[in-house]
Amino acid sequence: MAARKSLLVGLAGQQNAGKSTIFNLLTGANQHIANYPGVTVDKKSGAYRDAQGRVEVVDLPGTYSLTSFSLEERVARDFLLGEKPDVVINVVDASQLKRSLYLTFQLMEMGLPVVLACNMMDIAESTGQKVDVKRLESSLGVTVVPMVGRKGHGKADLQKAVRQAAEAKASGPKNLIAYEELEPHIGMLEKKLAEHTNLAITAPPRWLAVKLLEGDEEAFRILDATHPDAVNLRQMVQTMIQSFEEGTNHSPADHIVICRDRLAARMVKACLTREKENGVSISEKVDRVVLNRVLAPFVLVLSVYLIYEISIVQGYKLTEYTWPVLAWLREAVSSLLPPPELLEDSLLRSLVLWMVDSANTLLNYVPIFFILFMLIAVLEDSGYMARIAFILDRIFHSFGLHGQSTLPFILGGVFAGGCAVPGVMATKGIPDERSRLATILTVPYMNCLAKAPLYILLINIYFAADKSWALFFISTITIIMALIIAKVLTYFVLRGKETAPFVMEMPAYHTPTVKGVLQRAYERTWQYIKKVGTIVVAVSVCVFILLQFPGIPDESMLNYTGRMEKSMADFRVKAAKAGGEAYQKYWEGENLEKLLLLYDGYRAAKMAAGTGASSVDGEYQAAYPELYPLIARSKDKAAKKITGLLRNLSKTRKTIRREIRGEKIETSFFGRVGRALEPVTQFAGFDWKVNIALISSFAARESSVATLGALFQEKADEGATLESRMEAEGKSGGRTPLGALAIIIFFALYPPCLATTIMVKVQTASYKWMFFSIIFPTVLGLVTASAVYTLGGALGLSGVEAMKVFYVLALALAAGLAFIPDPLMKHPQPTYVEQT
Amino acid sequence: MFWNRRRNNCQNVEAGAAPCLGPGMLNGCDCALSGVVKGCRCRIRRHHAHGAVRQRLLDMGFVPNAEVEVMRVATLGDPMEVKVGDSFITLRKHEADQIEIVNN
Repeated sequence: MAARKSLLVGLAGQQNAGKSTIFNLLTGANQHIANYPGVTVDKKSGAYRDAQGRVEVVDLPGTYSLTSFSLEERVARDFLLGEKPDVVINVVDASQLKRSLYLTFQLMEMGLPVVLACNMMDIAESTGQKVDVKRLESSLGVTVVPMVGRKGHGKADLQKAVRQAAEAKASGPKNLIAYEELEPHIGMLEKKLAEHTNLAITAPPRWLAVKLLEGDEEAFRILDATHPDAVNLRQMVQTMIQSFEEGTNHSPADHIVICRDRLAARMVKACLTREKENGVSISEKVDRVVLNRVLAPFVLVLSVYLIYEISIVQGYKLTEYTWPVLAWLREAVSSLLPPPELLEDSLLRSLVLWMVDSANTLLNYVPIFFILFMLIAVLEDSGYMARIAFILDRIFHSFGLHGQSTLPFILGGVFAGGCAVPGVMATKGIPDERSRLATILTVPYMNCLAKAPLYILLINIYFAADKSWALFFISTITIIMALIIAKVLTYFVLRGKETAPFVMEMPAYHTPTVKGVLQRAYERTWQYIKKVGTIVVAVSVCVFILLQFPGIPDESMLNYTGRMEKSMADFRVKAAKAGGEAYQKYWEGENLEKLLLLYDGYRAAKMAAGTGASSVDGEYQAAYPELYPLIARSKDKAAKKITGLLRNLSKTRKTIRREIRGEKIETSFFGRVGRALEPVTQFAGFDWKVNIALISSFAARESSVATLGALFQEKADEGATLESRMEAEGKSGGRTPLGALAIIIFFALYPPCLATTIMVKVQTASYKWMFFSIIFPTVLGLVTASAVYTLGGALGLSGVEAMKVFYVLALALAAGLAFIPDPLMKHPQPTYVEQT
Repeated sequence: MFWNRRRNNCQNVEAGAAPCLGPGMLNGCDCALSGVVKGCRCRIRRHHAHGAVRQRLLDMGFVPNAEVEVMRVATLGDPMEVKVGDSFITLRKHEADQIEIVNN
């Protein structure tokens, strides 16, 4: 054997034992993430070098034990059995030593060389527990390395121990745990199993014997696959289990656990000294107030309110400072592009600016998200998030969700503003598969920040008198609808999915570290920015094409150019009348076009600069000393008049441009789809314009308002806002508050944006759920909106009345559904014989 | 159902503390953890749950003979928080229903 030898090391440990910290400590930046074959569980692997060679470390999923009940445990176990790593590093939480040892015993029983990384020694010490490492080493028979992963203590010792264990091939004492009364059975079974060598290669016989007596399904599968006499052996195991139960009044499975627990207790007693026995911890003292049955809801509401106030309210104020940066960016990009044309800009220019605008609207939320994610990280790291799950589980559970659905819902925007992308991503932590899917499919109903502009637009037009009530309606109806939908999905679509109990450790309170909070906030914000950078920009291109092509017919275009030329001729006449022959050369022929574009560029630059407008003046004055009097307010009378004329001409240009844009959209592919859908959407009161806006918002919510802005452009002179334009046109077209309500409801139930659906695909590992997450909400939204619009119209309800009726009905439905018991929550019939 | 759940009571063995008395007090026989009142300590006798639920409970330290203490219940009466060994675990009454306990 060569001296240089590369090793394969598995990193096993329970959740929250600091496994990933140790993994990062060992491998540094040298790691990559893949999936275990066929499942969604992440397989993180990395490597480091020591004096003897390369050591590859595979981070196994965090598991409490190695049974076949959960996917993570099966994955971890298959790796250990199949890959046969040279060494297994077992990371344990020193402050939870006894419970951690259960996994250690199971690893050692599998016959693997184990190194115990005894992590969080500092926390154990701070709670008054002192671990005698030497003693633990001798009672377990494996190397124990004391570590403080967070501070990087113990890295070199661990690497040394790994190499030593690999060379010694020492797997610790074989019969570490004595199973007492069960031993004869184990011994007999082990002998039988060892007779067949190909089985002994797959799995150590003693381990398999114990697993069989435990009744582990995977163990039976291994037996069936590798043992020629499996049927008889199965029979034998069953008889053993039965006779053992009769003799001891315990199932072998219980007995095995008791034996392990007893040994763990003995070891802890020998190796761990406690300073203060059973004092009331600080966490417990805090919980007596925070989790007090009466006070808990108030504390919860207060903390949620604080989060809302700090992140959304204060964050919006922060965007006032960041928006100019984005506006400057847009200007910078546009200056690199071909200059604007009089009526129709070049394709390159409009496409790139469209992309920049799409990205900017989303990037505008970055400050809000950063604050929000920072606060959420504080909640998580402090341990309060687990308490929120504890307080709210009863409600969530009534609707098929889970206490741990709290975090995804908060990220998704329970209280007016969030993003479904990190929300869906955060469902990873939910252990219950059925609740996890229900959460993934309902998080998108929350109020994502990007839905707000359309809501505000519609409220300002149609519900101006009842603004606060309408806002309350929107922010709470989404939660009510999400709960209803979750329950319905749980009952029908998700029936039969795996569920798991809500058994969760309540962590002790910790003071969050600045580094930890910033890191997590940064990670989540970065995910969001990546979404903007990739998916949204890519999709915005597709939407652009679908909204721009095939373009408007030539005769229409001729009409527009004619109008523009006429206005320019008018300008020339009027300008000549106004005097100022000195300037005449500036509007002769082509020059007028240049002048007009310069004027528009100057106005745009001033708008973008905001407070720094005077510097813009200076720049233009220096760059165009002769033209400057014409575009800015000057003292020269003739120039002033010409500036006024120029302003009018600029308005005409803008109107014509807007009309061109509107006609383009109307005749575009999307416009045709919007019109084609009118027969279906008429019941909900949507005309083709609303249809287009709703379709384009599938790419990114923000586009809905932008598209509406382009569509409702008639009589759009400078002063008229989109609100007043939509109102004016809505009135003539018969749109009512009831119709607006239908739009609001549809928008609330609308399918997630494209980025979210892609995240749904990632988190569920199935296209089926991705398409479900698109189609189901569309149908539901359309049916609900149609019902509200048609029935509300038939009953002659006003918008606000219909809103109230809908709210009460939804609330009643939700309350009713809460009392329908869970289909799976029937108590299993006791199968044991009552004995005393 | 949570509103008509049987309330089982275990004697509180803490010195000086009042015993958690209630109707239908049963001595050293089968009662479920779900019925144990806040502040009471008792010992786990066995699990009636199977499969994943049972394993999860065992992993979290609910092993036979372990001493448990009910710390509190949530505002809406479910789930409950239980101290087992050094850890605090929350579980729903539905799961606690299947843990048989005896007086300490």
